[in-house]
Amino acid sequence: MDIQIKRGLLDVCVLAAIKNEDSYGYQIIKDMKPYMEISESTLYPILRRLEAANMLTVRSAEHNGRLRKYYHIEPLGLQRIEDFKEEWKEIMSIYSFVAREESTDE
Amino acid sequence: MNKIEFLTVLRERLQGLPEEDINKSIDFYCEMIDDRVEDGMSEAEAVDALGNIEEIISQILSEVSLPKLVKEKVKPKRALKAWEIVLLVLGAPLWIPLLAAVILTVLAVYLSVWSVIISLYAVDLSIAVSGLACIGVAVALLFDGQFVPAGVVFGTGLVCMGLAILLLFAFNLVTKGILWVSKKVLLGIKGLFIGK
Repeated sequence: MDIQIKRGLLDVCVLAAIKNEDSYGYQIIKDMKPYMEISESTLYPILRRLEAANMLTVRSAEHNGRLRKYYHIEPLGLQRIEDFKEEWKEIMSIYSFVAREESTDE
Repeated sequence: MNKIEFLTVLRERLQGLPEEDINKSIDFYCEMIDDRVEDGMSEAEAVDALGNIEEIISQILSEVSLPKLVKEKVKPKRALKAWEIVLLVLGAPLWIPLLAAVILTVLAVYLSVWSVIISLYAVDLSIAVSGLACIGVAVALLFDGQFVPAGVVFGTGLVCMGLAILLLFAFNLVTKGILWVSKKVLLGIKGLFIGK
């Protein structure tokens, strides 16, 4: 996929990964894997940026005798997902335009 | 590399960042390694799976702003003694202009990079406009009955338009290159502030 498009999608994908229940770093990477490969070094700045933008909050919880950070989605994060869905409708209409041109050429 | 080695190297290389940022990064990567080990990997495999350490460092660095790095660097590790404050005040006529010079230099570099880019596009626009003007003049000459000059001017106009289109592609590439280089330079400057 084009790197610019991918970059724009990553933030929303990370939010989607914690949308239904709180999750932690490695789980987010595993959940996203079938759809989009993301490395730790990419995920880390995204999580911090989303936290700074109040789209998610972080809490530490004990797991197997060590601390693990869990990420919880906030109303602003949910709003971002809804905005994305709206934007996607526009992109889909562009897609159908592009695909239609292709089929008439043949 | 095992977990302790990896985290030690990371901590050393991030020296110079605010302590809080270093600890957050270390915690994050520590948790990642632990989770992978729990998932059945060996420590070495887990560290390998994190990818290139240089990549990790430059990612962290690109998220920190340059002013924050500078501030962290000049922040004294202890309270200033009275004589140091006196010296700072007395030295103000010296160090304030020096600091201003550094800040202004950075600003000037930024401005010149952008003015190069803007001037490139200005050149392109002016060629395109002259092309249009030539075609306009050619039409006027045509109505005036001067067919040969009209042809010459029309041809010149087309050449200008073609040149403008070709240059636009070239300038787009040049701009991309300039922005890429300036991003690398910024990362390089930030790199000067961290590490032992």
